[in-house]
Amino acid sequence: MENFTPLSASIGGALIGLSAVILMAFNGRIAGISGVFSGVAFAESGDKLWRILFVLGLVVAPVVYHAASGLAPEFDLSANIPLVIIGGLLVGFGTRLGSGCTSGHGVCGLSRLSPRSLVSVILFMGAGMLTVTAARTVLGS
Amino acid sequence: MMRHFSALFAGLIFGVGLVISQMVNPAKVISFLDIFGDWDPSLAFVMGAALIVTAIGYRLVWHKTKPLAADRFQVPANRTIDKNLAIGAILFGIGWGLVGLCPGPAIAALLIGGVPIIIFLAAMIVGMLIFEGFNRLQS
Repeated sequence: MENFTPLSASIGGALIGLSAVILMAFNGRIAGISGVFSGVAFAESGDKLWRILFVLGLVVAPVVYHAASGLAPEFDLSANIPLVIIGGLLVGFGTRLGSGCTSGHGVCGLSRLSPRSLVSVILFMGAGMLTVTAARTVLGS
Repeated sequence: MMRHFSALFAGLIFGVGLVISQMVNPAKVISFLDIFGDWDPSLAFVMGAALIVTAIGYRLVWHKTKPLAADRFQVPANRTIDKNLAIGAILFGIGWGLVGLCPGPAIAALLIGGVPIIIFLAAMIVGMLIFEGFNRLQS
């Protein structure tokens, strides 16, 4: 457990929660990123601009963080390009089919005690853990 | 106008939260999912803190009858646990486990992830489009 970072995890998580509360308090919306993002393309025309701005905020966040703190975020992606493509396809299709992701079901759904979100979280966490375990076993590390 | 600013600000705060918690780093996520390996429970703390803040915040916010900058609260009403929910979650979880990225962190990593993150996002968009295509064919 050498990389365990409970303090920064909790602070970051609290900010994610704050973001969800702000979006509900002002815009009346669930901060589920798969839904917010897919709506950039598929929502009605009056319903797009806030989504584009939310996504813009997400995109510039690391730059703002770096400017304010001097710290550069780490990004360590070990999957090869074919896996990145397959993973991306599965994440895109799966989040739409399942109506949400870690933010929509995990943070927002569980917070409001949604039974659908509980089932979703159990299943995607389980699938994620099985996948990593299987990959480790097959590739051997 | 206000709702545009709040959306931008919310996105920014969300992204900063992802960066501080290192959720933008696929290796950090994979090490949480690697329960039989060198396990890092940090993601559970991210989720836990987010849940506490959101649960309390939502309760306070929903005392009001409408949002501050919109006409109504739009909260999903569907309570049915169905095949789509389950299969979607499993497929998403597999993709997440293969790469260590889900939509929020992937978008937040656009400017720091180089070519691989662009490829991931393009594939994610294609996956969403494929779903939308199937959906429209069925109805």
